[in-house]
Amino acid sequence: MDVSPLTLVGQAGTFLVLVLVTMRYVWPPLTQAMEERRRKIAEGLAQSEEAEQALDKANAEGDEIIREARRKAGEIIEQASQRGNQLVEQAKQEAIAERDRQVQAAEAEIRQATNQAREALRERVAELAIAGAGRVIESEIDDKRHREMLDKLAAEL
Amino acid sequence: MSFAVAAAGSSPTEYVSHHLEHLKVGEGLWAIHVDTLFFSVVLGALMLFVMILAARRATSGIPGKLQNFVEVLVDFVDNSVKESFHGPRQFVAPLAMTIFVWVLLWNLMDLIPVDYLPLLAYHVFGLEYLRVVPSADVNAPFALSLSVLVLILIYSVKGKGFGGFGKEMLFHPFGKNPLLWPANILLNLVELVAKPVSLALRLFGNLYAAELIFILIAMLPWWIQFIPGGAWAVFHILVVPLQAFIFMTLTIVYLSLAYEEH
Repeated sequence: MDVSPLTLVGQAGTFLVLVLVTMRYVWPPLTQAMEERRRKIAEGLAQSEEAEQALDKANAEGDEIIREARRKAGEIIEQASQRGNQLVEQAKQEAIAERDRQVQAAEAEIRQATNQAREALRERVAELAIAGAGRVIESEIDDKRHREMLDKLAAEL
Repeated sequence: MSFAVAAAGSSPTEYVSHHLEHLKVGEGLWAIHVDTLFFSVVLGALMLFVMILAARRATSGIPGKLQNFVEVLVDFVDNSVKESFHGPRQFVAPLAMTIFVWVLLWNLMDLIPVDYLPLLAYHVFGLEYLRVVPSADVNAPFALSLSVLVLILIYSVKGKGFGGFGKEMLFHPFGKNPLLWPANILLNLVELVAKPVSLALRLFGNLYAAELIFILIAMLPWWIQFIPGGAWAVFHILVVPLQAFIFMTLTIVYLSLAYEEH
């Protein structure tokens, strides 16, 4: 054991300096940084928890919206198909009615045309009869004999 | 064998005693152990340099490797202090870390092969003697433990007041009867003195013995040294941080005993 009081004092002085410098310049910045990081991590975890909840909520809302949209789409398709059937039915009815009307019109026209033709034919027949009668009459006339009759008729006037 | 043995006439006893001689300035009791002071200051400066570098760059974001390392240390020391000392930690925790790291660095010097630095000092600087392990110089552990004794007294007064501390010295442990006061004071003084003595001698004894064994191993033939030397070094790796940790923990415990009411 090699005792040396001056060495001891020197060592103690060095120790004092080391402790004071460590206390002043080393310990506080490090512990503050660590504390700060701990706080940041805690905040980050809390935020991620919140975000997770918000995500769950948004997902639920999204599901609800999709369900609602599906339901509405179904309704719309249903309505559209009904309406389509309706339209087709209506168009069919209209077509039938139109057809009937046109058929009737055509029939009426045909009838009229037939009547006209018949009328014309009748007139023509009469004309032809008269003309034929005229011819017959013309060839049958005997001037002498008919003169007497005509004269008699004329005398009767 | 080594230069010292050769120089001192090849006697193993002379080799060992040469290795146990300090580099001194001055004579007798007032000699200064330059080697102990030099290595203590250099190691302390190294410690402060690294620590301050880490503290300067400290960020609450993603820590770098150095910061990570230092933070592990800070966390470890802070938890040790938190467990036993239930007062304000802004002095005790840095104190504990300084003790732990400084003593650890002292002890680590023991793992440098015993002849390297003395050889270098002899041939480069012409220094006859050199001991590189501050904790194997009885003055260094005692400087620490006597500083701790001063702190124990300061914390006793701080925690209990002069009155409280005085009462404890007089009344504890046997009782308040004035006849028992001398016995109480005697016991308390012994207890008070035993703390720094045991603290210092435990560290000194361990490291001195370890150094001595390394010196003895160094006298074996060179081709066999690595077997006992390696085994002892591996074992010593356990002792080095353990002794530093014990010194720190006992300091904290003593301060907490001093600070709190019994």
